[in-house]
Amino acid sequence: MLEIRDLRVAVDGKDILTGLDLRVAPGEVHAIMGPNGSGKSTLAHVLAGRDGYEVTGGEILFEGRPLLDLAPEERACAGLFLAFQYPVEIPGVNNTYFLKAAVNAIRKHRGEPELDAMDFLALVREKLAVLHMDESLLKRGVNVGFSGGEKKRNEIFQLAIMEPRLAILDETDSGLDIDALKDVAKGVNALRSPERAIILVTHYQRLLDHIVPDRVHVLSGGRIATSGGQDLALELESRGYEWVREAAAGA
Amino acid sequence: MDTPNTEIDALVRREYQHGFVTDLESDTVPPGLDEDVVRLISRKKQEPAFLTEWRLRAYRHWLTMSEPRWANLHHPPIDYDEISYYSAPKSKDDGPKSLDEVDPKLLETYEKLGIPLHERAALAGVAVDAVFDSVSVATTFKDKLAEQGIVFCSFSEAVREHPALVEAYLGTVVPYTDNFFATLNSAVFSDGSFCYVPKGLRCPMELSTYFRINAAKTGQFERTLVVADEGSYVSYLEGCTAPARDENQLHAAVVELVALEGAEIKYSTVQNWYPGDEHGTGGIYNFVTKRGDCRGNGSKISWTQVETGSAITWKYPSCILRGDDSVGAFYSVALSNLRQQADTGTKMIHLGRNTRSTVVSKGISAGRGQNSYRGLVQIGKGAENARNYTQCDSLLMGDRCGAHTFPYMEVKNPSAKVEHEATTSKISDDQLFYCRQRGIGEEDAVSMIVNGFCKEVFRELPMEFAVEAQKLLEVSLEGAVG
Repeated sequence: MLEIRDLRVAVDGKDILTGLDLRVAPGEVHAIMGPNGSGKSTLAHVLAGRDGYEVTGGEILFEGRPLLDLAPEERACAGLFLAFQYPVEIPGVNNTYFLKAAVNAIRKHRGEPELDAMDFLALVREKLAVLHMDESLLKRGVNVGFSGGEKKRNEIFQLAIMEPRLAILDETDSGLDIDALKDVAKGVNALRSPERAIILVTHYQRLLDHIVPDRVHVLSGGRIATSGGQDLALELESRGYEWVREAAAGA
Repeated sequence: MDTPNTEIDALVRREYQHGFVTDLESDTVPPGLDEDVVRLISRKKQEPAFLTEWRLRAYRHWLTMSEPRWANLHHPPIDYDEISYYSAPKSKDDGPKSLDEVDPKLLETYEKLGIPLHERAALAGVAVDAVFDSVSVATTFKDKLAEQGIVFCSFSEAVREHPALVEAYLGTVVPYTDNFFATLNSAVFSDGSFCYVPKGLRCPMELSTYFRINAAKTGQFERTLVVADEGSYVSYLEGCTAPARDENQLHAAVVELVALEGAEIKYSTVQNWYPGDEHGTGGIYNFVTKRGDCRGNGSKISWTQVETGSAITWKYPSCILRGDDSVGAFYSVALSNLRQQADTGTKMIHLGRNTRSTVVSKGISAGRGQNSYRGLVQIGKGAENARNYTQCDSLLMGDRCGAHTFPYMEVKNPSAKVEHEATTSKISDDQLFYCRQRGIGEEDAVSMIVNGFCKEVFRELPMEFAVEAQKLLEVSLEGAVG
């Protein structure tokens, strides 16, 4: 589904990713871990097509098509979703209205009929229950006045509604209390399916107790230093990131 | 890499949609102004002596005045001798007496503008008075309103048929000595709309006026007077367009509102005069005086305006809260794109006890537009327990535009509560990226964010106008980011 080959990315002339390779097959959940500044969020942003990142080498194929040529909205329409680390507030734009516009933009792109208000509301109700989200959040401005936890739930709620092919969760666990973390995990696990892939970008292993990944990769020095199963995450938890860095430097 | 700069550089390549010219024979006086021109206008309109005198007094006073210079506006000097002060579409008779007599070409113009008089009147339940250049050409639904005692007609007609009403109220809110542009208007105003709602009556439909400047090198000077008698209610809408011309055209209108005891007037404007092109050539100079007088206790006046056009906007719809417990409101969206300049805001003059006012101003600057909010809140000595809340938000798109805020407060009664909140924000790349990541294209995202920003004002507009206003903003900002 996703194939990243020798990806090199610079920001303001500084190399952040220095030859990253990654393959994600449909149905798989991959966790990208690494210390602060290792390039985890850069990877998530480059996949989604954010400005300000200069791709200096390598390529990304999404379902066999080159991804880097597509505008962010085209990537979204192709089925790529990014759950933001810091979701943005859009005052005056109703949360439900925003989501409906998003769903219908993508349906339109695919040549499917747009959902009417009734169908959309039915879909919303169904997903709300899973996430224990307060219905009043739907009527407020997009993320306006939401607590940190509410913002993250809202991201997963959008994810659930939009049902993308590839979901990238950028530090979704940061700042969540344990109840919120469980709800978020429940929402994500409900979306696991043989057709869908999920990339979890995270600093801590505790999210992986609730969403069990198929593969764990550790980023260091702008590339994947080591990969493994869930055991690797546990090892990182007990030993810290330093040994990976040392191992990478030694290699 | 798309930087916000290059995005905004692609700003507005969209042509003004209402910029067509209608080829009509018109009756235009030669440029320039003197007492003879003032008399000529008055004679053409067969006005009673009191009005001719009033105009002349205004003209003489105007000669002693000079253009105000305090606004944050920059434009070449206006040559008042270059302007023709009267232009009317020439018709075979003395003037159309009903819609059927109106020049079909004129009606076509209004169709192009999206105001089919017949249809709009019939379907939407909106009574329309249309002012073309200087003359009111058609008023719909007049008879039906008259059955209930509501007078809604062109100003000229009101002068002919209800001279006592006109004489009683004209210039009582905006005196002919008020300011340079209002005084000029008082001398040469050609037409406009008049409305009187009798005691205790709720006007059953929205009343609406459409202004259109068509002829070249003419100024448009309409005068609108709305009087709501005790306990009555009226909602009044005003829309404006003009053809795209290379020279600047002057528009100096006056609107006076009078609300007697317990009456309420809602006055909404969607202004879409030609803004000029991206180099700042052409466009309307809009110098307008709008004021409402809450004369009676418990009366209420609200101004709602969506301003997207004009090269220059100089306009401060105000409320004089004279009656005890009277309420004033001002809701405004002002957009400055291209090289447009807007210096706009409101004055809330609290004189009565327990008077309340609310000001919500949303300024949007894009391109090389300059947007200034200028607002005065004045609490008089006798205005016990007066309250004002002002919220003034600016939204910037790109880095070549500007937003400015000039709040003035004069409080002479210690029991007053005056609040002022102001924010300035940018449509951030983060917001745009967030929308685009969800599949929403850039232009749709901009329009969504801008509409969200203006929401508090839009919801004050009558339903169909709110839709129109949203579309207008969309069109005015199309290509603003790309």
